[in-house]
Amino acid sequence: MDDRIGAESTHRHARASPSIGRPWNYPRKITYFAPMLETVDRSDTRAPSVAALGRGAAASGTGGARGVSLDASNLECIRDDRVLFSGLSFSARPGEVVQIEGHNGSGKTSLLRILCGLLLPSQGDVLWCGQPVERVRADFLGELSYLGHHNGIKGDLSALENLHFAATLSPRRAETDAHAILARFTLRGFEDVPCRTLSAGQNRRVGLARLLMTRSLLWVLDEPFSALDRKGMRDLETIFEEHVGNGGMIVLTTHQPIEMGQCKVQYLDLAELGEKG
Amino acid sequence: MKGDTSLRGAFVAMLRRDLTLAFRHRGELANPLLFFVIVVSLFPLGVGPAPTMLATIGPGIIWVAALLAAMLALDAMFRSDFADGSLEQVALSHHPLSVLVLAKVLAHWLITGLPLIMIAPLLGRMLYLPDGAMPILAASLALGTPVLSLIGAIGMGLTVGLKRGGVLLSLLVLPLYTPVLIFGALAVNDAAAGLNVTGHLYFLAALLALSATLSPLATAAAVRISIA
Repeated sequence: MDDRIGAESTHRHARASPSIGRPWNYPRKITYFAPMLETVDRSDTRAPSVAALGRGAAASGTGGARGVSLDASNLECIRDDRVLFSGLSFSARPGEVVQIEGHNGSGKTSLLRILCGLLLPSQGDVLWCGQPVERVRADFLGELSYLGHHNGIKGDLSALENLHFAATLSPRRAETDAHAILARFTLRGFEDVPCRTLSAGQNRRVGLARLLMTRSLLWVLDEPFSALDRKGMRDLETIFEEHVGNGGMIVLTTHQPIEMGQCKVQYLDLAELGEKG
Repeated sequence: MKGDTSLRGAFVAMLRRDLTLAFRHRGELANPLLFFVIVVSLFPLGVGPAPTMLATIGPGIIWVAALLAAMLALDAMFRSDFADGSLEQVALSHHPLSVLVLAKVLAHWLITGLPLIMIAPLLGRMLYLPDGAMPILAASLALGTPVLSLIGAIGMGLTVGLKRGGVLLSLLVLPLYTPVLIFGALAVNDAAAGLNVTGHLYFLAALLALSATLSPLATAAAVRISIA
């Protein structure tokens, strides 16, 4: 799929209350993306092979597995009767970074939550390996790591306990030892301290350390650099480069310019797709 | 490979995590139990210590107090996980959310329900319940309190996103608690009168089977709505 950033913004008529999610009601007829429909093999036998492909890419670490892709097609998000964006399409493949930009309130977080399936788009679809995510939900979630505004770590558990619990929620835990991962995030010596006694930046690092505990292909990150110091940001950029170099993909929002070496970075400006777009 | 994580592993990890968290707040651990004991001991002070009177209303008192204690404790089930984003992470696991939620409910029952069952015979003694009714009191609570936790989880899942969901939660959940209250209190009453109570216990067991199978699915759906 070619990048369809800022594609046609038709279908503006708002459906009621998109903020009330109905995940069991998620599958809808795809009517806006006819070319893609033809390439989608509807038989259920395809799902396992797609999953196996993703797994192969993650396991071998040599990236570029064919068939693995994340596509957003003609997404529209309406919150409180305001169109945040519409007609938003993009495509990400292994080894790519999508950086979402836009002013405060332009719907960056909503977009990330839609990509994860936490929020329903008022229109459009998210496709994983060419299939709507709700149809390959378990496979998709198995390849997804999400870091939101909240770090998703318990203040009463130590960093190590948090990481071990996070690993059990994911299908495949990394071979790297949790101590080594925490050391990479300069948390050596804080492994067994309750996280509530750590600083905001250190808590963010524990949340980010979760990414390395699992071997997810797709990282969806909401302002990953917030609360990090300069060195932490540089370290994180290195980790991103490694992940992308190993065939991973990253979708992130940030206000900071990031240096990702030779990685292919797509920029997506939500402001252009907003009410006026 | 260091090992693929299994659903059973995730269930056990979830259970262990919630129990660990509860035991790190030992002060809060005793709260539902103390509430239960205090409410029950208020009644002899209020209605007078006449043994016949207390023996008549005793089963109802214990069951109503258990019901309120279970409801007060519900807030702890999802609230902190929602606030710190852990609930999102759990919902984004590839494991079925209903199974993970069931682990949370089980942990919650072990912390709040089980102590009530253990202290109830002592309170029954205080209310002059006959000895023969004690096993039935414990049995009815053992079958009934898990139902209270399971049904409460649905209401809690729905209201966890609200700033002040407390009153709404009780309005949602208390009507659904009434069958458990009716059959639980009736079983103990009939046992005190020397009647056969197997029918009542079967009804409680049926309610447990029904809520154990359906409530996790409803709770998972409720949680997904709340975090959207």
